[in-house]
Parts: sequence; C-alpha cells; structure tokens
Amino acid sequence: MENAIIITPDDDVATVIAPIGIGQTVTFSVDGQTRSVVARQEIPTYHKIAIRAVKQGESVKKYSEHIGYATVDIEVGDHVHTQNLSSDKKEG
Amino acid sequence: MQFQGYRRPDGRVGIRNHVVVMPGCLCSTIAAQKIAQAVEGVTYLENPNGCAQDSRDTAMTLEIISGLIANGNVYGVLIVGNGCETIQEDRYRAEIGAKTCKPVEYISIQGEGGLGKTVARGVKIITAMKAQADLCKREPCDLSELTLGLECGGSDPTSGLSSNVVLGWVSDYLVDAGGTAILAETPEAIGAEKILRARGATPEVGQKIYDMVIRCEKSHLDAGEDVRNSNPSPGNKAGGITTLEEKSIGCIHKSGSRPFMAAYEYGQLVDKKGLVFMDGTAFDVASTVSLIAGGAQVVIFTTGRGNPVGAPTAPVIKVTGNRETYEWLTDILDMDTSTSISGEKSVEQLGQEMLDLLIAVCNGQQVKAEINGCNEMCIDQHSGYC
Repeated sequence: MENAIIITPDDDVATVIAPIGIGQTVTFSVDGQTRSVVARQEIPTYHKIAIRAVKQGESVKKYSEHIGYATVDIEVGDHVHTQNLSSDKKEG
Repeated sequence: MQFQGYRRPDGRVGIRNHVVVMPGCLCSTIAAQKIAQAVEGVTYLENPNGCAQDSRDTAMTLEIISGLIANGNVYGVLIVGNGCETIQEDRYRAEIGAKTCKPVEYISIQGEGGLGKTVARGVKIITAMKAQADLCKREPCDLSELTLGLECGGSDPTSGLSSNVVLGWVSDYLVDAGGTAILAETPEAIGAEKILRARGATPEVGQKIYDMVIRCEKSHLDAGEDVRNSNPSPGNKAGGITTLEEKSIGCIHKSGSRPFMAAYEYGQLVDKKGLVFMDGTAFDVASTVSLIAGGAQVVIFTTGRGNPVGAPTAPVIKVTGNRETYEWLTDILDMDTSTSISGEKSVEQLGQEMLDLLIAVCNGQQVKAEINGCNEMCIDQHSGYC
C-alpha cells in the first residue's frame, strides 16, 4: 500500500499521506515503478521525506523546482522540514 | 477536440448566452435589480463602483466592466445609471466599444424620471434584447477558442499535492491544443518569481512577470505587510510546508509547465494564445472577476477547505483534492481529485476527467456555483473611495 507520493520524478522528497513512525517503510510510485525508503524519523501526514541524500548547502527539489537549501546533510529517510531545509543558503 | 459555443459578432466565442443588466453605479442598484428580477433568464451584474474613485481606480473599474461585457459569454448589456455619477454613458460606451461591438443600451433614473419609469423602460429594452439573444444557437468551436482562468482559494496541503497538479495537467493540455490559460494572484507567486521569470517565452516576458511580483511585494511592504517573512504561516508549517518557495510553487503549479507567452495588468484583455500571466490580487472574488474580464469563458477553482463563490457571467468549476471536504461540502463542489493522493488514479486519468468535465460545462452543463445562484462581484482598487 502506497503511503507517500512524489510530484515529479526529479524530486528529492516525497510527501507522506499518513503518519509515519521511525523504521516504517514509506512506499511511493515513480513513473509506474514502486519504490520504498525507510523513515529515520517520525513524519506527520503531508510532511516530506527525503528519497535522495542531499549534502549541506545543496538545493532540494520538489515539483522539479528548487524549494530551498539543505542546512545540514540530509539522509534518505529523513524528515525534511524547518530543521534541515531553509530558503537561505546558510549553515543550519 | 471541440465544444459547442456561441459565436459573437466581434469574433469571440462564448459558452453562456448572458443578457446582462448592470447598474451604472452603486446608487442605481435597485433599478437594475428590479429590471433583472422582472424578466426571466436575465443576468444581474453587480457594480460596486461607478463613482467616487480617483482616476486610476475609475480606469480599473472600467477595465473590468468593459472586459466582463466583452467576454464571449455575454450577448449584450443594459446599463442603468443614476445620472450624475463619475462614469457617464459616453465613458461606458467608449470603453466597451473599444473591446466589442455587441449591443449596449443605457438609461438613467434621473433621465427617465424616477424609479418606476426607469424600471418600466428597462424591462422593455431587456425583453427585446433577450428575444434577440434567444435566437443565438450553439455551434462547434475549437478548443483553441477557449480561455481558461486558473484560480485557487481556501487551500490546504491537498491543493499543492493533488488539485493544482491535476489542473496543471489540464492547463498544459489546453495550451498544447492552441487554447489559452491565465494564471493570476500575484501575491501567491512571491517566492516563486525566479521560477516564473525562467518560464517566460522570451526574457522580456519573464522579466515583466518578475517585476510584477516584486512590485506586488513592495506594495505590501509599503502597507506594513512583509509577505516574504511571514510566510509560510505557522499553520502552513504545521501542514508540512517548509519554505515560501515550496508554498508558492504549490500554488503556481496549477499553471502546468508551459512557457508564459505574455503578462497582463489586472483585468486587461488577453490577446495572446497559450499560457499567460495576469497581475492581480489574491482575493478570490476580485481575482476570478479579473480572469473573466481578461477573456476567460470558464474558471477552474481549486480549494482544500471548500468555497461556494461563482461569478455572474462565467461558470466557476470547484475542485478539491481533499476527500473529506468533498463529501462534507458536496453541494458546492464539482470534482474530487483525492484519488491522485490515495493512488487509485493517476494525475493523467484525473486530468482527462477534469477535461471531460470542462468540455461538458462549456457545452452548457451547469456547475454548482451556477445552480446555487452564486454571482459575486468585486473589483480590486488602489486608493479606496474618494
């Protein structure tokens, strides 16, 4: 059962559509293929989970567009929100 | 793909055949209302202005009203003035005449000799106009003759995930078929101005949109509102939106992915095909009205929380990506795209369904806002009343 969606295949993040617990598998579909990542933190409904690792200072993409910079290294499965993503390219 | 529309003498195409009665200013509202109520099938168009505005706001009022009348959905109009208002008969005739050659009639309370005489004369005029309008028949029109207004309001997290994504698919489809789609709501593009600039078909168009967004941000700053640093709101963040860029992209995503061919001022008549941008307010009613004044015969309005508003002279299709909202507010919403979130349907499938609904509405199917009699009318203004 899919519990996350991505908007475009280029995106670094998926959006979960149900509350996700630590260690829970998050499944979504990319171009008809099912993919999964394991959540490293709790993620509330409609919040973002990293499906690609992003280095500190690099751009994070959603809708194939830049939505901000990683303020720390982001690992696959991380909750992506204000603690690691910012409009400003500053260190977190 | 085709739809059944009305061909107007000015070359435009409509999907409704409204015979409009409108007050020339707010003071003559009662006369226009009584005339509209006396003749079945006549459309009352509210006019909140007409007087006591500075020249810039008077011009904006005229831009919107002349655009609404020029819209292909309107057969003709009877304007019922008071007589002494700022916008006189000749101004209305000049502004409307510059955009369309369709029938325009004018009477005034001071000219006719009171309310009773004005209503009696107005009923005669509008009855005759309605009889002529009823002779108009629908005929096949190409999708390239359709202009779609893109609007959103009462957004929630499902808007950026579902309804705006599906609407973006429809916008791309229409543009690829040679039609026109209009994105507006400049304040909601703050944070996405660089993305919009990059989507300009030419550097000039991209820069014009960018400048409109910056101008909008500055006018908010002048009024004491710092949009960039007060958004996303705490509620947005609790809902999963992290940055202003993310919030703005979720909103503008309803315009799909095609390049912007032109940028227009608020309510200005759109004369280019393809995707275009129109400067304007984020207030849903004033924005919807400007899209129709620009030439949109139909508006698709996405909402997360739900909203009943319509427009006097164009169908406004209400779409939500929130299943609970759709089931809770079923008498004001036309479509549910939540199955793109649950995975039951793809964006393409839902886009095709939205397109089918759009064509059915163009062919005459009534939307909930029309069934409910929603005819909200509002015009943005700079200065307030003098």
